[in-house]
Amino acid sequence: MSVKVSMKVNGKPVSAEVEERTLLVTFIREQLRLTGTHVGCDTAQCGACTVQMNGNVVKSCSMLAMQAEGAEVLTIESVAAPDGTLHPMQAAFKEYHGLQCGFCTPGMVMNAIDFAKKHPGASEHEVREALEGNLCRCTGYHNIVKAIMAGSKAMAGAK
Amino acid sequence: MSASLIGARVQRKEDYRFLTGAGQYTDDVTLPNQSYAAFVRSPHAHATIKSIKTDKAKKAPGVLAVYTGEDVAGAKLGGLPCGWLITDVNGQPMKEPPHPVLAHGKVRYVGDHVAVVVAETQEQARDAAELVEVSYDVLPAVVDASQATKKGAPVLHDIAPDNTCYVWALGDKAAVDAAFAKAAHVTKLEFINNRLIPNAIEPRSANGSYSRADDNYTLYVASQNPHVERLLMTAFVMGLPEHKVRVVAPDVGGGFGSKIYLYAEDVVVTWASRQIGRPVKWTADRSESFVSDAHGRDHHTVAEIAMDKDGKFVGMRVHTTANIGAYLSTFASCVPTILYATLLAGQYTTPLIFCQVTAVFTNTAPVDAYRGAGRPEATYVVERLVETAAREMKIDPAEIRRRNFIREFPYQTPVALQYDTGNYEATLDAAMKMADVSGFAKRKEEAAKRGKLRGLGYAAYIEACGIAPSAVAGSLGARAGLFEAGEIRVHPTGSVTVFTGSHSHGQGHETTFAQVVADRLGMAVENVDIVHGDTSKILFGMGTYGSRSIAVGGTAIVKALDKIIDKGKKIAAHLMEASEGDVEYDKGVFKVAGTDKQKAFGEIAFAAYVPHNYPHDKLEPGLNENAFYDPTNFTFPAGSYVCEVEIDPDTGVTKVVNFTAVDDFGKIINPMIVEGQVHGGLTQGIGQALTENCHYDPETGQLVTGSFTDYCIPRADDVPSYQIDTRETPCTHNPLGVKGCGEAGAIGAPAAVMNAITDALWSMGIKDISMPATAQTVWKAIQSASKKAA
Repeated sequence: MSVKVSMKVNGKPVSAEVEERTLLVTFIREQLRLTGTHVGCDTAQCGACTVQMNGNVVKSCSMLAMQAEGAEVLTIESVAAPDGTLHPMQAAFKEYHGLQCGFCTPGMVMNAIDFAKKHPGASEHEVREALEGNLCRCTGYHNIVKAIMAGSKAMAGAK
Repeated sequence: MSASLIGARVQRKEDYRFLTGAGQYTDDVTLPNQSYAAFVRSPHAHATIKSIKTDKAKKAPGVLAVYTGEDVAGAKLGGLPCGWLITDVNGQPMKEPPHPVLAHGKVRYVGDHVAVVVAETQEQARDAAELVEVSYDVLPAVVDASQATKKGAPVLHDIAPDNTCYVWALGDKAAVDAAFAKAAHVTKLEFINNRLIPNAIEPRSANGSYSRADDNYTLYVASQNPHVERLLMTAFVMGLPEHKVRVVAPDVGGGFGSKIYLYAEDVVVTWASRQIGRPVKWTADRSESFVSDAHGRDHHTVAEIAMDKDGKFVGMRVHTTANIGAYLSTFASCVPTILYATLLAGQYTTPLIFCQVTAVFTNTAPVDAYRGAGRPEATYVVERLVETAAREMKIDPAEIRRRNFIREFPYQTPVALQYDTGNYEATLDAAMKMADVSGFAKRKEEAAKRGKLRGLGYAAYIEACGIAPSAVAGSLGARAGLFEAGEIRVHPTGSVTVFTGSHSHGQGHETTFAQVVADRLGMAVENVDIVHGDTSKILFGMGTYGSRSIAVGGTAIVKALDKIIDKGKKIAAHLMEASEGDVEYDKGVFKVAGTDKQKAFGEIAFAAYVPHNYPHDKLEPGLNENAFYDPTNFTFPAGSYVCEVEIDPDTGVTKVVNFTAVDDFGKIINPMIVEGQVHGGLTQGIGQALTENCHYDPETGQLVTGSFTDYCIPRADDVPSYQIDTRETPCTHNPLGVKGCGEAGAIGAPAAVMNAITDALWSMGIKDISMPATAQTVWKAIQSASKKAA
């Protein structure tokens, strides 16, 4: 059975006929060809598929495209400014070497931006707890934590 | 450019694409007319295949083809080869059972490949895979190596009736036994080095396509070494000439060893693409990664160290049973032998060492190199023994190490390696100072007031990296050379493209290698691009593993640079009407000695491509050089780690409260990147010590830890922020003085953590705890110790 889904992705209205079981991440990656959102575990553990939906972060591998009907979805491709300037959180990840292979990075950045907005001035301990749902096998988190603390500060300063 | 780029914290060139979602990983590559594969995998650990019915699957919507073991055998696809021949103590070659790409007659582990379905969409392929009916006769299974060698154990392969692949030994057993007979004290430990599942966050993926027009294949694959993948696949499995196959390893989301090997899926999608005339893509889901990626470690070891009355080591004796899984993976055989026993001298002058290794087939996924590969296992043996020996002899654990440190170099160990340089005292001193070891007693006291047990443990590791001198490797059984290749292409206006056979899957070569080249050529890093991971662009490559990239791949690039500069000197001499011997080169400037005449590198590049005024009688135009580099020795990174833990005796929860690492990686090109490598390695090492364990059910052979909910790779709140530093003794035999840094953390950390835990529990009579020291394991140990004491 196919179903029509319509939503706004990165500010652009999109709609398509998809199978009912189509996951949001599959819709984003295969239908829209926005391949910055990754699939690392299919079980909502690793967070590589993290996107923003209606102002909250969600794991797009563990929800149906249908569930995003009418929603506003933001993926990693929308984060930098239109002229290519990195978002302060992206810039902090670069400055603090908060990424290595890059595969978990889009999900990390999406979660980090959401967390920084909602918890300005969080402690290192709080940042580490906030990363519970985002796995990284390369960095040992040390520099990701530093990047998020710095990115968070930069975001607060940019307001 | 005057400031040196060597040692500079240059931000990474690759980051922008990764941060903006523009990275291109294998699964991101979708080709025109793409089709998708799904594998039917064995649900049983050991079974005979009675029949496979594919008709329902073939008729399912969107299905293009279904293939089984019979189809690939009929097509004369060979089995997956093993790249290293180990010779048994009896002089016989190791047992090498066939490793078919799709099972033929029998399955030998849960996840073994039985059939493949190719369909229009991934969902259709997966649906149809469910319709393939396989009838099995289930056989008894064995998953524990120590059980597999016992009489009456289920037999996996006819050619190995006792499930033994080889028994291998290194060292003079009689001399070692004699040393033990005379020793003042012997410390003995028996332990399991726990089996691990690498779990790079990008699952494996392969996308094969065949072009009838050109009669050639392209394989996109998440690989650490595309040329090796191509060599193995063409020459040993598919019987194809190499020039007909292009292997591209684009952005790769972490490897840690697991993406070195040639896997069945890579071969099957490549072969199937020709059968159906369309590209075929397969990407593992995480469950498939758990069951089918090569695992790591899984040793059962009895180890002893003998000492004189002053705690000077006089001998070491090690017996290890290594589980190598159901089949021999690409480098499986060399990991528990060549990469393990040769490291048992550690940082010490132990004069006599004997090690015997029995490698055993079991009904589990193949086991191969995982970050550190043999060296973490060796370090664990040495450093757990040393720390325990110190406690037993009531010598301070740092002091016993100092009494035994190697201090003169080069140093020939009794286990085949010759260390070129090192300063173990320097890293130990620095680590102890940084970790404030002198303040530990106070911290322990303070923790005790809170009801917590605090412990401090050391690990002084050594590793052999920069793998490897090909002749040495060959004499030890390697079936490949282990050199590296590089090419420098200088463009007419002076910018540079570098082609390297190393492969970056997180290590940041695009930046580090560019720093090396830009520094030498006196240009900005932005003017140098690094190309890797494509056999159609790069002349050759042995790939990235064993912390070899900067030491071997970097040196190949330096050698090519030397040729560029040599040619540049000739061109410069011509342009400046000087003799070549008078031309000096320094960071982008060619000068005539003793004059003010000079030419910039860019002018020389331009002259090479617009050769109007050019020594045509002596030189070809153009400025493009390549080099192959075969190292003359291994490199020997080493360091000292200090771990401090706090244990809650009521719950068994162990927290790493402090971790200090001081490493000697020789010269460092980019400290920021090196620190990142150390952080990541430490976290994987702490994961092995505290949280990670691969568990197969001993009766059924089912993988119990088959998801991230059962197999715990460390989360951010499982690990601390680290204190790290470096000391430097430059490698003596490569021009950059570099040693490699990719695996150190994973090698040293497990022993440091377990030494800290056993320090905290020593007074309770607990001598050893097995990894991973989960809350349950530690709590149980405390409970049973308290009962004994009561």
